[in-house]
Amino acid sequence: MTGAMMRPQFVSKRIKAIRFGVLSPKIIKDMAAAKIVTPELYDREGYPVDGGLMDTRLGVIDPGLVCKTDGLKLKDTLGHFGYIELARPVVHIKYVRQILDLLKSTCKICGRVLIPDENAKKYHGILARVGEEEGFEARRRRVKAIVDKYKKKDQCPHCEAKQEKLRIEKPYNFYEGEIRLSPIEVRARLEKIPDEDLLVFGFAVGFRPEWVILTILAIPPVTMRPSITLESGERSEDDLTHKLGDIVRINQRLFENINAGAPEVIIEDLWDLLQYHVTTFFDNEVPQLPPARHRGGQVLKTLVNRISSKEGRIRHNLAGKRTDFSARTVISPDPMIELNEVGVPQSMAMTLTVPERVTEWNKQYLRSFVENGSKKYPGANYVIKADGRRKAVTEETKEEILNELAIGYIVERHLVNGDVALFNRQPSLHRMSMMCHKVKILSGRTFRLNPAVCNPYNADFDGDEMNLHVPQTEEARAEARILMLVETQMISPRYGLSVVGCIHDGITGNYLLTKELVLSHPEAVDLLYSCGVNDLSRLPHKEKIDGKEVFSALLPEDFQFSGKDKNGNEVEIVNGQLKSGCMDKANLGQESGLMLRNLYERYGAEIAADFLGKVSKLGIAVLTRRGFSIGISDLDLTKETDDEIRAVLEKAEQESMKIIEQYTTGKLEVLPGRSMQETMELRILEALNRARNKSGDLAMRQNKESAAIIMAKCGARGNALNIAQMAAVVGQQALRGRRIDHGYANRTLPYFKQGDVSPKARGFVRNNFKTGLTPYEFFFGAMTGRDALMDTALRTPKSGYLYRRLSNAMQDLKASYDGTVRDASGRVVQFSYGEDGLDVSKTQNGVIDVKRIIAQVLGGAQ
Amino acid sequence: MKSEHQSLIESYEGKLPLLVLEEIKEALPASVSKEKVKRILDETLASYTAAKINPGECVGLVSAESIGEPGTQMTLNTFHFAGVSEMNVTTGLPRIIEIFDAQKTIKTPMMEVYFKKEANTIEKVKAFAMELKETHFGDFASSFSLNIFEQTLSVEFNMSLLADHKMNTKDLLKALKFKSKGFTAEATTNSIVFTQKGKPEEIKDLYALKEKVRVTRVKGIKGVKQVLPVKRGEEYVVLTSGTNLNEVLMLPEVDTSRTICNDINEVYAVLGIEAARQSIINEVYKVIEAQGLNIDIRHIMLVADIMCVSGVLKGVTRYGVVSEKASVLARASFETPVRHLINAALEGEVDALTSVVENVMINQPVPLGTGLPGLITKLK
Repeated sequence: MTGAMMRPQFVSKRIKAIRFGVLSPKIIKDMAAAKIVTPELYDREGYPVDGGLMDTRLGVIDPGLVCKTDGLKLKDTLGHFGYIELARPVVHIKYVRQILDLLKSTCKICGRVLIPDENAKKYHGILARVGEEEGFEARRRRVKAIVDKYKKKDQCPHCEAKQEKLRIEKPYNFYEGEIRLSPIEVRARLEKIPDEDLLVFGFAVGFRPEWVILTILAIPPVTMRPSITLESGERSEDDLTHKLGDIVRINQRLFENINAGAPEVIIEDLWDLLQYHVTTFFDNEVPQLPPARHRGGQVLKTLVNRISSKEGRIRHNLAGKRTDFSARTVISPDPMIELNEVGVPQSMAMTLTVPERVTEWNKQYLRSFVENGSKKYPGANYVIKADGRRKAVTEETKEEILNELAIGYIVERHLVNGDVALFNRQPSLHRMSMMCHKVKILSGRTFRLNPAVCNPYNADFDGDEMNLHVPQTEEARAEARILMLVETQMISPRYGLSVVGCIHDGITGNYLLTKELVLSHPEAVDLLYSCGVNDLSRLPHKEKIDGKEVFSALLPEDFQFSGKDKNGNEVEIVNGQLKSGCMDKANLGQESGLMLRNLYERYGAEIAADFLGKVSKLGIAVLTRRGFSIGISDLDLTKETDDEIRAVLEKAEQESMKIIEQYTTGKLEVLPGRSMQETMELRILEALNRARNKSGDLAMRQNKESAAIIMAKCGARGNALNIAQMAAVVGQQALRGRRIDHGYANRTLPYFKQGDVSPKARGFVRNNFKTGLTPYEFFFGAMTGRDALMDTALRTPKSGYLYRRLSNAMQDLKASYDGTVRDASGRVVQFSYGEDGLDVSKTQNGVIDVKRIIAQVLGGAQ
Repeated sequence: MKSEHQSLIESYEGKLPLLVLEEIKEALPASVSKEKVKRILDETLASYTAAKINPGECVGLVSAESIGEPGTQMTLNTFHFAGVSEMNVTTGLPRIIEIFDAQKTIKTPMMEVYFKKEANTIEKVKAFAMELKETHFGDFASSFSLNIFEQTLSVEFNMSLLADHKMNTKDLLKALKFKSKGFTAEATTNSIVFTQKGKPEEIKDLYALKEKVRVTRVKGIKGVKQVLPVKRGEEYVVLTSGTNLNEVLMLPEVDTSRTICNDINEVYAVLGIEAARQSIINEVYKVIEAQGLNIDIRHIMLVADIMCVSGVLKGVTRYGVVSEKASVLARASFETPVRHLINAALEGEVDALTSVVENVMINQPVPLGTGLPGLITKLK
């Protein structure tokens, strides 16, 4: 909310392209605002020294000072480059490999590329192709390969001079035979290479290789290496400034020594030191060099460090932006707000603002905000005048602003009900992780959201925090409303089904309602009214109303649907009346919700979302009136079931003992491709799992409708396995797909005999959670639990990296106007998206429902 | 089906995908009037057109998200048992990573060898499987004995094993393609004796010979380490661990149109890029199905396509697909930024700012979705 925002908001210039290149010494000199000659930074008064590294011609970082080059103050000046003249040339560390390749591929005397002229043409073609297809580096490698082919003769094909072997001693010393080439000599050689021959390497036109042997060093502007003032008033300089100080100091000493005619050894030493400092200025992580450090021993962060890595400039600052008008807090559920709403605390709404331009028609409306001031909700925090100046709304300025408020002013008013905001939860793994919600101002300090939208965000309420962003322009708001609103995101582009749906009580309630409840007329009216239905005309006029009829009152009147419920029973909706079957997860739930999906397709997003909201509320209302809770007794088994389960387990254990016996006597029939032991393990595992599944089925099938079983049956929460583990038997604990087989020598726990391979000694938990586990069973459970934790911990970063790679590789693919999929450079990747051009989020699980269309056409004519 | 219906449906070819037309044909009741068929087709066309992708949709990112998001739900367990009798296969996330990386050596290379009808009997398939498996000289030997004084190496064999493979010592010797200088070899019924001709000092050559022959392949196809004949529906299939698609496809009994290999690079080398693409799709889909995840096949197709567009199989890595990007800044924002910047500088590359990240970097609209169309307005 500073300088940049005060300027009028229109784009006057647009960047069309960015050209990369190497700065020539001349350009460095020409663009420099100052020549740096002294390592001193500040004079005694604390002002930057002229010709020092903090020279005011390079920009300013202190309030009150003015940049001498552009006359702008702090935060307005971008800063300017300076330069220093190096006493002796040094090698640029990042170009060492290229220099070596160039030296090796060219003649030491005449500087020509070591390819005979008569063959050059042929190779030009090959190289251009390699450069095109495999990139610049591959091209250079190819040049080297070609040159190597001719170099066997050790003679320049142009001037017939004998070539010597060049090698590099890392990091930057070049040797020809045993003699070291100084940067001066290297530079001289590079200078000799004619322009035409440089083209062979694929260098930019106009690039001269001698530029990468530095004779002049560009000094980055002060603004990119600001010093910080510590609490004690001391100044702490940036790492780059430190490094540059070293360079300037050594450079000066080198100058002095050369001028004084010092012995060659001293000059060489200083030259090496200069090379070291310049090298670490660029890259402080050169493998062969000790990194430059602060006095405290902390490694300096220099240019390469600043650019690379996740925290570097590119990924942290350029590809990742920060925003104003955003908020973050804990989330909590509120089933009474709409699906597409988000509850925002009032205190937040008074900081988050929406700019609204004053027009003839809304002047009065906006005045009311200003009248309230910034302390009273709903008020306004700032007013932007027509000339772009910003004024804070306070008690003192209020009157004045109200008087001058005119058309063209912009009022930054508080967030109010009905504004749109983007709501997001990290990790933002898919586009449903950031959706547009309508704001609803509530008291309290947390964001409130409808529990039905938890799934796309993958949120729960155990302390999760979420972010809210308020779009500030009309375009952004329009895009958010039209493209990102929750109901437009209901169908996942991953599989073409609804990602939101009823959850938990929403499902259970509707299941019970449509399955068994019969209500009196007033009860039915009460139910419907409590979930927001005011039109009760669809309720039949009779004494007793079936639950199905109550549910049908929410459906559109001409809705036809036939499908199956979770347990495979027919569900039939004719003309908006639920005729048979009951509502459960298969039709209402998230990630399936087939009825919901059909509703969406027929009537559009808005009605589907509205229906979903009402149905959820209906379910909850049903449960609050009927009563629904679980207890330990839910898991009680009848005597018969208990006996049956016991028998099943007994049999399985006997069976495995038999297998073990067969194994020990060597009579076990070996499965193909397995050893005898593996066969035994597999067969036991199979037998025990079968027993567990069977006892689970028995527990589920018993004639009892306890709350836990109802929830599992309708898919609200839990499944048959959970019930089985609680009521019947926990079952075999599997570690990496096998029975537990390690721990102590030849046994899993000291409790067992050595070599015991019986079910209970290898992790078969015979008890259930209700009766309780024995200590060793508990321990086996803990083992598999730990394994699962490990698995999750190891998987998250791996899948995260895969996702990053995929999104980086594919982010610029788009569907073009002609239906093809192309990348950024216009290359066709697919001629028709997905071979049929269908958008998955507009299909039903990836296909067009032909059967439904046929049924509709035929049915409609009947 | 009436022929008029047939021709009516055919007239929609090109407007509707063949698969949809096929489905209509199947689902169409026997007695419908022509008008009804026409209406059905029109309605289908209408909903097909309505479900078409919007121009500018960033399909790439949607696919990346669709695959990346459920990645956290996949298992990390390398091995799983797809039924009791089958082999261990890499599944879950490691397998997906393996495929998308286009790794040269995969953890569990596998082939499924199908047979032509006439060769598809249990005996023939079992015999064939035996033939397929790579067997070394040493596998048959029961003992090696070195006689230093006589400078001989005699090898005794497990005769029953040999008989199982329908071989004898003579065959073995022939299969050894015994050419080493300085040795003579002689086969008896149950042993082979190598005799050294050189001086006694060279005895270590004899030892080297022993080590050499032990690992010499005498039978089977190189690289096929395990074979497992299984029944698939009505027919028999041989699963192998270890692959050699090229040689297996050369065998006359093999049904070349169905035999598959799970090593994408090998498929690419043997059958070409189109086969590699299909192979990526199939393999990834297999994993996703096994994990019980629901990902539309179009997303996988797009990844397979981006890996294969250049005509060469490229992994989704900094050396593969990402290195092909036109934009310097896009490449730099992925990995090894400095390297990309240095090369761009030398080459004098121009970033035309046509893709996403570059435009994010310089705060300009991204040329995707709503950022794609330009708006022209007449100034008053």
